[in-house]
Amino acid sequence: MSARVPVRQRIITSSLLAVAALYFLAPVYWLVVSATKSSADLFGTFGFWFSDHPRPLAYLTGVLTYDHGVYARWFANSLLYAGVGAVCATGLSAAAGYALAKFPFRGRETVFGLVLAGVLIPSTALALPLYFLFSALGLADTYGAVLIPSVVSPFGVYLCRIYAAAAVPDALLEAARIDGAGEARIFAGLGLRLMGPALVTVFLFQFVHIWNNYFLPLVMLSDSDLYPVQLGLTTWLGYADRQPVLYQYTVGGALLSVLPLMVLMTVLQRYWRTGLTEGSVKA
Amino acid sequence: MSATAARRPRRTGRPGARNARAAAGFVLPFLALFALCYLAPVCYAVWTSLRRTARTGPLGLGTERDVFAGLANYAQALADDRFLTGFGRVLLFGVVQIPLMTALATALALLLESAAARWVTFFRSAFFLPYGVPGVIASILWGFLYVPGLSPLVRIAQAVGWNVDFLSRGSVLWSVANIVTWQFTGYTMLVLIAQLKSVPGELYEAARIDGAGAWQVARYVKLPMLRPALVLTTVFSIIGTLQLFAEPMVLRPLASSIDSGYTPNLHAYSEAFVGNNQHRAAAEAVLLALVACAASFGFLRLVGGRGKEHG
Repeated sequence: MSARVPVRQRIITSSLLAVAALYFLAPVYWLVVSATKSSADLFGTFGFWFSDHPRPLAYLTGVLTYDHGVYARWFANSLLYAGVGAVCATGLSAAAGYALAKFPFRGRETVFGLVLAGVLIPSTALALPLYFLFSALGLADTYGAVLIPSVVSPFGVYLCRIYAAAAVPDALLEAARIDGAGEARIFAGLGLRLMGPALVTVFLFQFVHIWNNYFLPLVMLSDSDLYPVQLGLTTWLGYADRQPVLYQYTVGGALLSVLPLMVLMTVLQRYWRTGLTEGSVKA
Repeated sequence: MSATAARRPRRTGRPGARNARAAAGFVLPFLALFALCYLAPVCYAVWTSLRRTARTGPLGLGTERDVFAGLANYAQALADDRFLTGFGRVLLFGVVQIPLMTALATALALLLESAAARWVTFFRSAFFLPYGVPGVIASILWGFLYVPGLSPLVRIAQAVGWNVDFLSRGSVLWSVANIVTWQFTGYTMLVLIAQLKSVPGELYEAARIDGAGAWQVARYVKLPMLRPALVLTTVFSIIGTLQLFAEPMVLRPLASSIDSGYTPNLHAYSEAFVGNNQHRAAAEAVLLALVACAASFGFLRLVGGRGKEHG
């Protein structure tokens, strides 16, 4: 197949792709290089090359130990919000999507309509009212303030319904019922297993969504002990004028904070595509 | 979806009741939390937006009390020049940035899916990588790449005699657009690739046997097939653009032209936390949601109507 493609065409294609790769990777490269520099070198040396005395380990240790290790705490908070939030969201979406696909109950289309409306409503337009509501309920500025909204994923329900409709055969469910299995056991034993790939996708989407979310924690939290890492880093940057060492810590902290997602995305890339196909093509 | 509805199994005994009970058990946990985190805030926002704080006593220093205000908060928001300018700004942003990003993503998807591409996995991962960088981190990162004196980009530009200022009044909106493009092009591209992959390869093969070159296959076979995916990603981009917040918020200390009303979202946030006016902020949040709904449904109607004309 490759023999049929003219060399000229192959060179043009590869050059265009390489230019694009340069655009997308250069800032990440800058981040890696800059994490090895002191604040003085950050301003004093050329950004796309190392300084004369790179000290990556010393500076990254500095990030982790500054202010009694507050960065580690923020990082753990982010993991808690994104990890627990995404697991719960996946479970809730799986159950709801499965029921919407496999049980012809009354009001089913109304529920699905609500879910679709939920997909389309801008999440930040919701965040302010949510904050007013949660502060009226005394929930603002707690772990729950960020965690509770994170477990609701209308997009996950939508994806699970479409996937379950296609991947869980009715005949199999009927057979299990005739064998006397209860609905909960059929769901846990058969449904969840057959919906596997969609569940990984929902988990990934929700994990990234929560990890990247800035507006919700910003409005909900004022106690810096509860901050996720993004929010913490912006406060560091805000103080950097008065305390220049924070420039280098912000850069180092930014590098550390993007590592987990990059690993997650590269390792599980296959599942992104599965989910995207289900979400866009079958809709 | 309709196919499964038609394939409903024949039921025996009294499965109706059993069905309903099981379905309720599966759906209710989600629905309860959905009601708390989606329906309740929407209702609460509408309620809050229709009220105002009234002060009693001499010189308005007495106790505060919420009273009904009708549409006064909406009228105030819509009479506020800065709020409206913010809307105009994100509109301009969307009209320019969304087509540009979509075009770039389409080009990259077609290039990666063409027979001439090499190292496809590497390139695809490289383009998708920025999607994993949170908006705040991306803005901090690009902020460092925009600031004169620190930015290697500015230094390179000056070395070739180009005096560039990424953060001036005229250019900062496009510097924000660049951050958004950098983050989301790869994601859009991945959706488009998924759509291309859902088509059997024989179709492309047949076109090629009929004598179509790589360009013709891309233009007349692949591009028309991308339509549903392009509609989907555009709708998500419209919703995302109207919510623009993190990028201008992070760049604010660097660019003097970004004020507290730079985007509608920033305006509502300042109204709530700086101006301490929850009622006004709620009205602005409601307006923002309404505009987002109108814009995405408007776009869907627009492309839906045109699709029918073409058969």
